[in-house]
This record gives sequence, C-alpha cells and structure tokens, in this order.
Amino acid sequence: MRYLPLTEPDRRTMLEAVGVSSVDDLFTDVPKTARLESLIDLPCAQGEWQVERALTAMAAKSMSAGSAPFFVGGGAYRHHIPASVDHLIQRSEFLTSYTPYQPEVSQGTLQALFEFQTQVAMLTGMDVANASMYDGSTACAEAVAMARRVTKRPGAVLSGGLHPQYTHVTVTLSDYAGFKIKRAPASPDGVEALEDLIDDQTACVVVQYPDFYGSITDLGALAEAVHAQGALLIVVVTEIVALGLIRAPGDMGADIVVGEGQSLGVGLNFGGPYLGLFATRQKYVRQMPGRLCGQTVDADGRRGFVLTLSTREQHIRREKATSNICTNAGLCCLAWTIHLTLLGESGLRKLARLCHERAVELAEALSALDVIDVVTPTFFNEFTLRLSRPASQIVSELAGRGVLGGLAVPRLLPGEAELENLLIVAATETNTDEDVAALVTAMKEVV
Amino acid sequence: MTGGIKTTSGNRGLQQEEELIFELAQPGVSGVDLPGTKGGPSCLGGLERTRPIGLPGLSEPEAVRHYVRLSQKNYSIDTGLYPLGSCTMKHNPRLNEKMVRLPGFADVHPLQPVETVQGALELIDVCAHWLKKLTGMTAVAMSPRAGAHGELCGLMTIRAAHKARGHKRKYVLVPDSAHGTNPASAAACSYEVKTIPSKKDGRVDLGALRGALDEDCAALMLTNPNTCGLFERDVLDIAEAVHDAGAYFYCDGANFNALVGKVRPGDLGVDAMHINLHKTFSTPHGGGGPGSGPVVLSEALASFAPLPFVVTKPQGGFDLVETAEQGTQALGRLGAFHGQMGMFVRAVAYMMSHGADGLRQVAEDAVLSANYIRARLEDVMSVSFEGPCMHEVLFDDRFLQGSGVSTLDFAKALIDEGYHPMTVYFPLVVHGAMLVEPTESESKHSLDRFIETMRALARAAREEGAAARFAAAPQWTPRRRLDETRAARQPVLRWQPDSASAEAAE
Repeated sequence: MRYLPLTEPDRRTMLEAVGVSSVDDLFTDVPKTARLESLIDLPCAQGEWQVERALTAMAAKSMSAGSAPFFVGGGAYRHHIPASVDHLIQRSEFLTSYTPYQPEVSQGTLQALFEFQTQVAMLTGMDVANASMYDGSTACAEAVAMARRVTKRPGAVLSGGLHPQYTHVTVTLSDYAGFKIKRAPASPDGVEALEDLIDDQTACVVVQYPDFYGSITDLGALAEAVHAQGALLIVVVTEIVALGLIRAPGDMGADIVVGEGQSLGVGLNFGGPYLGLFATRQKYVRQMPGRLCGQTVDADGRRGFVLTLSTREQHIRREKATSNICTNAGLCCLAWTIHLTLLGESGLRKLARLCHERAVELAEALSALDVIDVVTPTFFNEFTLRLSRPASQIVSELAGRGVLGGLAVPRLLPGEAELENLLIVAATETNTDEDVAALVTAMKEVV
Repeated sequence: MTGGIKTTSGNRGLQQEEELIFELAQPGVSGVDLPGTKGGPSCLGGLERTRPIGLPGLSEPEAVRHYVRLSQKNYSIDTGLYPLGSCTMKHNPRLNEKMVRLPGFADVHPLQPVETVQGALELIDVCAHWLKKLTGMTAVAMSPRAGAHGELCGLMTIRAAHKARGHKRKYVLVPDSAHGTNPASAAACSYEVKTIPSKKDGRVDLGALRGALDEDCAALMLTNPNTCGLFERDVLDIAEAVHDAGAYFYCDGANFNALVGKVRPGDLGVDAMHINLHKTFSTPHGGGGPGSGPVVLSEALASFAPLPFVVTKPQGGFDLVETAEQGTQALGRLGAFHGQMGMFVRAVAYMMSHGADGLRQVAEDAVLSANYIRARLEDVMSVSFEGPCMHEVLFDDRFLQGSGVSTLDFAKALIDEGYHPMTVYFPLVVHGAMLVEPTESESKHSLDRFIETMRALARAAREEGAAARFAAAPQWTPRRRLDETRAARQPVLRWQPDSASAEAAE
C-alpha cells in the first residue's frame, strides 16, 4: 500500500524488538469476541488511478456552478478566488501542521492568524476577533451563548430576517443549553418590530445584515433600543463582501458580529468546510469562545505570536470553558486572509461595487417582467422576488433549462403560504452579461 | 542573543524575518485585477461606507512571498515525524487534495436543486457507508464540523433519547484522563460532569464506575483506546453496567486509528461515537482546522440524529431531507447546509485507496510503531504503564527527576533536534506527561532516528549543566521561547497603527 512505509522485514524486526511473535499479541487487551478475524465487507485497496477514475465519474454527476448561469445565494456565494490563494494554502507547512500549540515552530500559522484577526476586526468595525469558529451558523449560536454569559439573562430574540438554518441551529443548541428563544416571524420586506419582543430577560437580539432576503437596514435605532434594555446586539453577516461597501455593524452599535467567511478564499464546496467569523468589543474578550492569537516577545526580545487567554478554553477549563470548540477552521482562515490581502481595501471596495451593480441590473431586468415583483427595497447583491406561482417549481424548471436561477424560500421554510412564491436571487462579479440574459430569457419562459 | 552570527537584515540564511501585512502594504495596492465599475444606481438605502476601513493590500508577488515566508516558519507532517499524542498526525495524501478540487464536488452550491447535485449526495452516502461498516453501527450523523461538535451531537442525541423515554437525567460520567472537550461538551448540553478516577493501570475503575451509575446518569463518555494509549480491557462490562443503569455509552473516537479494520465499536456496546476524519482518515489538520466529526449511532439512538440526511430514492438517485418533518424524532440542526463536504471527499479517497485490507494494516502498523518506540525507550525514559500500548505510548517525567529538566524543557530540546514535540502535560493522570503517537506513516528508518534522538536527549538530561542547556532550548527556531505570561496579561490581539509606530521607535 503506497501510504504505508513499513516493509514485512521491518515489521518482523520490530515485533522482535517489542518481544511478541505477531501483531495480534498487541491487541490482547481487546475482548476476544470483539476482535475481527477477517476483513470488513468493503472493497480492497486501489491504486491512485482507480480511485481517481471512480471519484471523477461521481463528481461528474453534479452540475457545477461554473458550468451554468448561476444565481444561487442564501448564505453561500460564488466569487472568483485568485489562483495564488489555492496554491499558498497547499503549502505543506500550512496544510499539514497542527494547531499552533508549540509557538516556536508555528510562527507562520500564528502570524497569519494575528493578521486574520486584525482584518476581521477592521472589516466588522469591532475591537477584537477570534481565530475562527466552524462556520457562520455555529458562530451565531455561540454568540447567543456568549451574550448569556455576559448579561446572565436567559433569553434571546431572533429576527425573522435571520437565515432559517442559522435560526434552526441557534434554536437547537440553545434548547439543549437551557436558553429561551423568541423568534420574530419571517420578514421578507425587512420590516419588523423587534423592540417589542425585548424585555428584562433578554440577553441579546440577533439580526442579519444584509438579511436572508437581501434587505439592508440601518441598525442604529435597534442598537439603542437593545442597549436601553441592557441586552446585546448580535449582527450576523453571511455575505462578508458586502462590508466592503456598506457600513460596518460595529459602527452601528453591534456588540458581537459573527459572519460566514466563505465568500473570500473558501469556495462553495457544497456547504463546507466554511469559516465562522467572530468579533466583539474589547470589554467582552474574556467571554469569547474559541482560540485567540496574541502578540508577545521571545527570549531574545523579538516580536512573536502565541495562542493566548486560553484559560477560557476547554483544554484548561474543561466543563467551565466558554465553549467546547477545539479544532476550528484554520486553513479556511488562511485562505480568507490571503484573498483579502490580495484584494486590499481598494480591491474589496471595487469587488463589492461590482457585485452590487450586477444585482441592481439583474433586479431591474427581472422586475421588467410584469409577473415579477422585487420584494426587497434595499439590497446588496441578493434580493427577493415574488413570483406568480410556487418558486420551487420555477427553480426546478429553470434548472431544466440549464440555469441555476436562485433559492426558493420554501425549500428552507416549507408550509408557509405567504412565502410559497418567493425566490431569492444572488449576483456576484462572476456573472456575465450573457448569464443575466440567460436568466431573464429562461424566466420569461417559465413564469 | 544566541544563534551565532548576528546579521544586518535580521535574516539567518533561509530563516527570513517577515513583517506584518499592515507594515508591508501601501495604500491603493491590489493583487486582483477587476473590471471597471459602471457607476450605475445603487439600492443601498443610504448605508454606504463613508470612511476608509484600513485594510492592507499587496500585489501578487508580494503576497506570494509573504505567505511562503510565513509557511517556512512552521513545522509540518511533510517536514518530519510529528509525534503529537491523540492527534494522529499521519500523512495527508495529495490524491485527496486533487479529488476535492473536482468541480462536481468543489464548485457546487449547497442549495442548488437536488437533481443537480446527485454526485455530491452520492459521495456523502458513500462516506457514510464506509463509516458505518468500519464501526459496525446503524446510522451516522454527517453534519458535525469537528470532534467536539460531534461530542455535542452525540450527547444531544442521548438527551433526546432520554427525553423521548420520559427520563430527566442530570449528569454524564467522564474519566479523569478524558480530553477537555468531553466535559465542555457535556456542559454545553446542560449536563453536570462527574469524574471517574483511573486505576493504577491507567484504565477506568470499574468498581468506581458501577458505584457512580444511578438513574440520574445520562451517559458515560469514554475514550477507547484511552488517552494513556491503553485499551479499556473491561469495555464490555463497562458497556453492560452503563446500559443496565439505563444510560448510554458515548465513545470519543479520537483514537480510532488504533482500531480501524481490527475492532468495531459497535461490537463493544458503544451507542454513539464521533470520528475525527482529520485524524483517522487523513484529512489535513490545516494548522488547526477545518476538521469533520461524523457521529455513528446505535439502533437505540439512530432516529434522533440531527438534520440533514441523505436518503436513497426508491426509483434510484438521492434525496436530501433538510427540514423537520412531522412525526420524526430528529433532534434539530447543528449547522447550516450538509456538513464538511471537502473532508468527506478526502476521507473517501483515503478509504478507497486503503480498502478494507489497507485500513486494517493502518491500525496494525500504528500500534506496532508505538510499541516499538516504547520497547526501545523504556530503559532510558519512564513508561507510565506496563504492558503493550495501542497506537500511542505515554511517558512521564520520573526519568527526569533530579535533573532540573522539565517535560517542557525536554519537548523544547526536541525542537532543536528537528522534531515537533510530543503532546505534553496531557493526560493529567500522570506527572509531566509525554504522549507519543508515531502513526503508521513513518518508515522504520524514521522511527529509528527519532528513537536515537530521544535516547540521546534522555541521556543528556542527566548530564551536569543539563538544566540550563535544556531551559535555553530551542535555539534554532525562527523564535525562541515566547513570553506567554505577557501575552495573557497584556493581550495584544490585533495590529494597531499606533502600536506599530511605537514599536519602531523602540
């Protein structure tokens, strides 16, 4: 087997050194009845070429986003990733290293994390960011748990504009952690009165920006209302590129900003692995979940980096830790920070502007069809349409015409009559004029 | 200053100093060429940014050099033997990396119509099939993002099962040798944690366990092989005792590399176990993640698994169950979308490459290699527990007694010898622990060189003046020992423009 360097003579020599006659003598602590005498009923070893052939054939059974006019968003976005990003994250020293617990031999990962944390803090308008969570949805649930620690209150209010799967994750995890959640009804037009749901038991209010349907709302007044009740405002960003163009949540009074970093560097990957971003105010840093990288000096007084404030973490605090997270999204952080460093501020702003312009053009072209209304008055690169019949059917018929035309809201929120005909459409810099024309043409045929 | 000659640049040959991106960047620079914007109307509701963000930008050559230089400050599996106990730092095949980048896996959106993602769903189904077969379990929840997330998933499943039976159980039993994630996961699931002591032989005290089990106990969380590198010989009695008390047996699968193809957890009475695909199934650790922690479940727990599920359609092909349906017992959802697809592809490529025969050989070679290290070091170091170990061997610091050299010093001296240290000070059940896991990826030549180095260091630790020499290690790394106390007392968690200029003035 090509991955196993020991030869049969090696194994014999080693068994002799250990003082046993066969490797099974090393498994004698396993109860006899549980020792497998024969092979498990699975295929035997295959060469590289055979595996490659089988998996290539399997992959070909999916329609890749790049092979079609593509407008699906809903928490994952198709952006171009510079070639150097994928090259750099495959450097052996990044790809095949462990968590940087031994800082003298991990300065590469640690410095990249320090840069990453700074970029996340800058972009979200917050003081500090951690070294990542699994993804946006779990970061959201962790933020709610953190708000509970900070405020010592048991309740949370979730906006109806929060991604339905984020809502489901937060409700599930909060339920098991003994936390009480109030959910506002779905709000496709971005208008809701969350203030009315806040009381003196509310630890936090969670809103998405831009929201699941695409709307962008000034959060300043909500932040004031939340703070007046002694609660925290948690802002969720699933399209991080938006923050290149619109105001940072931190500038509008957010106490915790969590995000899905997938748009930069990571790619679609059928939903994972993605990258959870987590930023907050300096005063709450000791209540944060996850790893933090900090600057210090070495024995010779030179600047260096270490994992720090680990007394919050599970390997030190065990059941009293702020979270059980250990492995996070390390390599995705690296991809994110490289992509953002390549873009720089000017590139990110331009990229965000391109996405927005593309979406505005698309919304105009689609709303010109008289059976389609745009529901979201403001948006960044994603907006919601009300169609004349169920959106799920339309999506399927568009796919039949070779166009991946968006996300039908009922796929994630089934059984709600008023949402039945809603379609969420996303545009990015990767959409060409031809893609837009193809969607408009196909839509004309199916609506 | 150590390290020999001082240079003008601060570099030392191939050891390049590297500034932060914030110090290298110039305003307006971008390494990405984008088409011009058209200046059309906007729909931003007046929420456009008005102030600069401050983000640095580098051209492509500058960026490539920056990250290549950073990479050269890291140790990695590809660089050398990486004996971190309980981390399973095995070879990461590059075929896996090639397969995960196939457009049908990588460039597919999680919310595309199901009929357009049949290949991706098949891949998840194949991965699930292998994991169920290898563990002898009924079902598998694929969505957990990492080991700790899997633990939480398993415990939530257990909580849901108790609830369905009308039981309110309060606590989870965790041995004192367990990973910190175990008690932390139990707490995240609103369970109290009761610690079970280990016996002198490094295994769970069955008597103490039986004494602790009552109708308030929800589950036992047991790592097997445990973190002392030992198989829990009484596992069948343990499982029986747990089940007799109406509790469930959760197994931490971090050490499954010792058992794969040789022993199925389902045959040991396990009800739930997470599998770290980034350990046993070779998906890269990536400097801390991402991982993947699917949870295999017994018949008793299968129906409580969280959303989503991939199901086969009667007419052929695959479907995806994403939302809660009436009458099902699914406990909810643990993450958006469908799990760590990129890790599933890599794990499948790895499992297919090895096959049933190769995977069995993996466990055998991993266990043999650890025992070989044990046998060849036991005369100069102190092995904590007698008898054969599984895939990792635990030493403690008795052999350093009186030398003035600590476990940490010993680990740092190993760095100067060109090795990443073993896991140190874990597990907590022995003093000054050093947990060595070589994995199956090392040749005998590589193992022998490591052993000779360890022997030489163990001898050197007993020489006169050893304490000072070891305390000064490492000398040959990009940075010497870092001041962790300062980092924690005066946290600097991000770059600030003023702090940089203040430093330059120093």
